[in-house]
Amino acid sequence: MHVGVDVGGTHTDAVLMDGRRVVAWVKVATTEDVATGIEQALAELVRSASVPAERVEAVMLGTTQFANAIVQGRGLVRVGVLRLALPIGTAIPPLEDWPPDLVRAVDPVVRQVHGGFEVIGTPVAEVDPEEIRDAARAFRAQGIRDVAITGVFSPVDPSQERLAADLVREVIPEARVSLGYDIGSLGLLQRENACVLNAALGDVAERVVDGFSAALRRLGLTARLYLTQNDGTLMAADLAKRYPVRTVGSGPTNSMRGAAAITGIRDAVVVDVGGTTTDVGVLVAGFPRPAAVYVSLAGVTTNFRMPDVLSLGLGGGSRVREEDGGVRIGPDSVGYRLTEEALAFGGTAVTLTDAAVAAGRLALGTHPLPPGRDRAWGERVLAEAARMAEEAIDRMKTQAGEVTAVLVGGGSVLLPDALEGVREVVRPPHAQVANAVGAALAQVGAEIDRVADLDPAHRAERLGALRQEAMERAVEAGADPATVEVVEVEETPFTYMPGHQVRVRVRAVGDLAALPAPAGR
Amino acid sequence: MREIREEDIGAVAEGAAVLGAGGGGSPYQSALVLRRLMRQGARVRVVDASEPASDEVGPILAGMGAPTVGIERLPTAGRFGHLVEAVGRALGRPAGFIAIGEIGGGNAISPLIGSAESGLPVVDADPMGRAFPELQMNTYMIAGLRPQPLLLEDAKGVTALLEHLPDARTAERYARALTWAMGGGAGLVLAAVNADQVRHLAIPGTLSLAEAIGRAMERARRRHAPTSEGVAEAVAGTRHLFYGKVVDVERRTAAGFARGTIRIEGLGSRRGQELRIDFQNEYLIARTGDRMEDVLLAVPDLLVLLEEESGRALGSEAVRYGLRVDVLGLPAAWEMKTEAALAVVGPKAFGYDVDFRPLPGDLLGRAAVPA
Repeated sequence: MHVGVDVGGTHTDAVLMDGRRVVAWVKVATTEDVATGIEQALAELVRSASVPAERVEAVMLGTTQFANAIVQGRGLVRVGVLRLALPIGTAIPPLEDWPPDLVRAVDPVVRQVHGGFEVIGTPVAEVDPEEIRDAARAFRAQGIRDVAITGVFSPVDPSQERLAADLVREVIPEARVSLGYDIGSLGLLQRENACVLNAALGDVAERVVDGFSAALRRLGLTARLYLTQNDGTLMAADLAKRYPVRTVGSGPTNSMRGAAAITGIRDAVVVDVGGTTTDVGVLVAGFPRPAAVYVSLAGVTTNFRMPDVLSLGLGGGSRVREEDGGVRIGPDSVGYRLTEEALAFGGTAVTLTDAAVAAGRLALGTHPLPPGRDRAWGERVLAEAARMAEEAIDRMKTQAGEVTAVLVGGGSVLLPDALEGVREVVRPPHAQVANAVGAALAQVGAEIDRVADLDPAHRAERLGALRQEAMERAVEAGADPATVEVVEVEETPFTYMPGHQVRVRVRAVGDLAALPAPAGR
Repeated sequence: MREIREEDIGAVAEGAAVLGAGGGGSPYQSALVLRRLMRQGARVRVVDASEPASDEVGPILAGMGAPTVGIERLPTAGRFGHLVEAVGRALGRPAGFIAIGEIGGGNAISPLIGSAESGLPVVDADPMGRAFPELQMNTYMIAGLRPQPLLLEDAKGVTALLEHLPDARTAERYARALTWAMGGGAGLVLAAVNADQVRHLAIPGTLSLAEAIGRAMERARRRHAPTSEGVAEAVAGTRHLFYGKVVDVERRTAAGFARGTIRIEGLGSRRGQELRIDFQNEYLIARTGDRMEDVLLAVPDLLVLLEEESGRALGSEAVRYGLRVDVLGLPAAWEMKTEAALAVVGPKAFGYDVDFRPLPGDLLGRAAVPA
């Protein structure tokens, strides 16, 4: 059995799953220190399910802690930044476009040194070992042990970054080294930014992962521990300590993956209706469709792939206004003050929840609705909410024709069972903890992003080798070899260039491999 | 004379991305380089085409190479400054100004970096009023000017000087091969021009136009209006051609260029219709069907795709499935619509057997084509 935990801003959710079946779930308030809330949730979960602790094989954690640490600039460590690019690239030094506050929080020592590769794989310059040792000595003199190393075209050839890491460890044996090649894809500035952020999270990552492991031990859980990544796949806890930045965007991903997992639907639009907003995303072959553009994280440009989500100001707490004979909903919301301010609770704010009560869709509240807020009014407002959702679904669709829509989130009851452009509306059970379910059922995957020479004579062979490598990396990450498959191959040619250099991105995923069955079972 | 300051860079870059018409590469990195130079005290002076003395000469500056390589091989400090010195050595006398090679995309910023590094003023004019993929596609070369001298400098400071190139198409072939040998990116001096040639052959005011477009887009954003309104404010001839969602991008590399076709499915009032856009780095032609009358716009008029969420102009390399876009048409500058120009930059020059039916007006809103 697997446990999924989702730590959100308001609630910490946990679910216990046996295969695809939800055995038990709990929702507790997120605590200031996060760990206490997680421990409470897990304790309650194990107790309510009355399942022996040893039957829990794996615990999957989705958390916003790393993203929050970056956004708030809290708990970050000093980073030694090493760029392997000289003699080129000097016009834009590392961290050039960072917000000044975050630069102060990371307080980096930056060294640009010789190295890097050309797109065809020849070196821009050879690595000079003494130059790197010298940089490492400068880091050490400042008490720095977290080092970010990024080289030009390291996705083409990571050997220089690895060599530089070895040289740094000669000087700083206890160094925690982040390599650009392990963290980002093509785009030196964006990869370097992600790499520096990753290094800066060194302490936070150890604290979160160790704290979570300790909580599991106190509860008698011997399960393996994983964290969920931006792309909806898992990373073992010891890897998460080394690559915390890969988890920063996992929230919406888990919600969509949860919707897919509960329903078994692989291609659908997922509509997550909350108190303030409705997030609409698209599942393609069981994974969220990624957003196209560079992702800004606390003002820093990175090239992670994040899910493409359209957010609308439409939720249970959205204010409702009459305008020009029509109805306008949101985008402002009374949020968590719904139970004080809404009409149905004796307040004066007209909300979408009040409309649902008037229409007989919801039975809640403490006060009767005032005159005029009758069934016809409620239905008119809900029709407008449905129209807004239909418009958003249509904008997110990638092909003409009808789609399946999966409705999740506490506010999904506000939307009807029939929507224009939608073949079928699915309301899965346990939709209110879809995030935690998504975490519990997350798969294991790997992505490689390379420049390859795909001349026609070797094309099939070289693409095959890249697919093989992606699958092997997925197995290394813990995937069951029998279930690993390549889910995405993307080729981007280089413009203005002769030859057949192509950027190839290959992603492979599989189910989490089971541990050998314990003796006596 | 005026000056471009740090706070102007964003507007110039955003407007230049619009004028890139899908090409020219992203101005992001170039803008960072320029900002850094300005923070270190460098100044960029801008002069009108009428200002340089007749006997002064200057290099036509641009960057050459693959944008997808440029995102790894970041720019190297001092490259354009060295090129300005090198062209002076080749000519036997120092340059007096910088001429812009291409106002579209990242290449709008390269001459400003050259100006910041050399201290020479940059002339507010360029030879296309947009971006185009090849070296013969500009008013200087269309008028028969020779690419003399042509210089390329790689990131490590290796400089190539090409003399006696007979014409721009030959220059294109040599420069392309050298750029590849230089690692896929190089700084380029297309030719040296004198002040009279800039005055008579270049399109005046296009740097100011880029800045004006960027400013108008900023103002539109501030009042929560679509940025397409801003573009229309700055370019009077702007037509809103289409609104929809990208449903397919087919890419192929042909002779070193990223060619392809984008299909956009109509939304809102365009529901049920489809727009097809072909590109060769830049967007070339927009059609709703296969008949001659289905062509909404063709080169040299400018096709601009504004991504709905960010409001920014999309380069053809960034277009992908699912993006929602406004498609705008901007009339080309009249200099690009003469018979001689259309032979080099019209639809037929790009292999389309369609007649060029221009959008009414001129990119800069000038009254009429002078005799």
